[in-house]
Amino acid sequence: MKILVPVKRVVDAYVSVRVKSDNTGVDTDNVKKSLNPFCEIAVEEAMRLKEKGLADEVIVVTIGDKDCETTLRSALAFGVDRAIHIKTDNVLRPLAIAKALAKLVEKEAPQLVITGKQSIDADNNQTGQMLAALLNWPQATFASEVTVEADKVTVTREIDGGLETLTMALPAVVTSDLRLNEPRYPKLPNIMKAKKKPIEAIEIADLGVSTASTLAVQRVDEPAERQAGIKVADINELIEKLKNEARVI
Amino acid sequence: MSVLVIAEHDNSELKSATLNAITAAKELGDVTVLVAGSGSQSVADAAAQVAGVSAVLHSDAAHYENGIAEELTPLVVSTAASFDYVITAATTFGKNLLPRVSALLDVEQISDVTSVVSADTFVHPVYAGNALETVQSSDAKKVLTIRTTAFEAAETTGGSASVEALAASDAVGTVTLVGRELTVSNRPELGAAEVIVSGGRGVGSAENFAIIEALADKLGAAVGASRAAVDAGYVPNDYQVGQTGKVVAPSLYIAIGISGAIQHLAGMKDSKVIVAINKDEDAPIFQVADYGLVADLFDVVPEMTGAL
Repeated sequence: MKILVPVKRVVDAYVSVRVKSDNTGVDTDNVKKSLNPFCEIAVEEAMRLKEKGLADEVIVVTIGDKDCETTLRSALAFGVDRAIHIKTDNVLRPLAIAKALAKLVEKEAPQLVITGKQSIDADNNQTGQMLAALLNWPQATFASEVTVEADKVTVTREIDGGLETLTMALPAVVTSDLRLNEPRYPKLPNIMKAKKKPIEAIEIADLGVSTASTLAVQRVDEPAERQAGIKVADINELIEKLKNEARVI
Repeated sequence: MSVLVIAEHDNSELKSATLNAITAAKELGDVTVLVAGSGSQSVADAAAQVAGVSAVLHSDAAHYENGIAEELTPLVVSTAASFDYVITAATTFGKNLLPRVSALLDVEQISDVTSVVSADTFVHPVYAGNALETVQSSDAKKVLTIRTTAFEAAETTGGSASVEALAASDAVGTVTLVGRELTVSNRPELGAAEVIVSGGRGVGSAENFAIIEALADKLGAAVGASRAAVDAGYVPNDYQVGQTGKVVAPSLYIAIGISGAIQHLAGMKDSKVIVAINKDEDAPIFQVADYGLVADLFDVVPEMTGAL
């Protein structure tokens, strides 16, 4: 079985992002970028399936400019077999990404696609579901446990109020939630090997996918700042304030 | 303008998140609610009573019983043909279903809408709520998920919409529900609670969470947790408040032993009143708290429970 893992390069989770003073977007120049944490979990899950002998090949793919090569190298350091870089200098939104990935799926014919449930920059939570729709494949979003048997996958999903387990025929799309696994720290020999692995480049135009979007960003604003309130001395003062000042209990 | 709201339900009751989505929908036009379920007449009847709902479309079939996205998608896509907007609440149900619909309609979805600026322009948070993006859509049809905390719940009475039966789409049959493990609790639902008491890593263990729960029960509150507490295994993931968990905005949010990581603040900073109890006076949570108490939670939380 072949597993395709689409990954995204994002502003690192520990960077405090700032809105540009002209309100055109978020300042992403000269800030640390990393593999999206949910995508990292997806790469780890694919590698675990391979290490259990349930997959023969794991391929990572990303879409973006030349800097995305670093992101592919960090995914390759997990032991991934090979990487594909769909090249574009434009920033794509989920529908265009899903269309490009659908074209790649036609070419590579994986039985399973595992990707992150959302990227921590745009927070859209759309790409996996859109890809499944375009392929007419079943989907298991927000996965916390994945079990692959012969021609089907059983997935426990994080839903509001608890957990849900679904089983579906392969091929399918799975999106990872936080508790699916704890990604490994790649070992030095794997990091070294990753530097030498080939990355196949594909121009997005060659997939016949338009990068144009029907959404136009008009402006980006900082959210309203919340002011720090007061410190209370003890529980009695706290209860008194909540009852008589805030009137919430 | 006509708006189609996809109802979320368990075949007996309409989920409260749908009421918030209906309020957002009312800002855009004439609201029709689609109820797809199995043995779900009571849901359709309840939806018809909601104030501001003009019509209810009800499709009842065995394959709609479990809210499986693959089964619902063909019905929503074909029904969407005669509407200008397709909307769900941004719950796990809506987040799972709507992008599937959106892709087949060839529309770019806008996720987690917090404000309707005009018929084609919407505000939604990005970067865990650290930035608010205003986007204009030129798609003929708009597909939106709604951040429930940004819109009041519509009144459950006062409406008198007609209920029209809708033929079911063919069963797809690619996905089978094996089972659900839902947290059974007498406490209010996290997403709809007026008061939430949340614990973080400072609580120290699953056993210690009992003191958080005792305070919550005294206040009639829901229990929440930070991602650190979930990762440490103190409580199940569905307790998680934050960017990667639930976004809440209760009247009172009490954060206990929570440092206040950006990803947690993203999930609760729109609460009306925030209380922080933490022994570290430099904890970032105090920067957003209306009332802060620097103290050992193991001393003061039982004291508070006793004093109420």
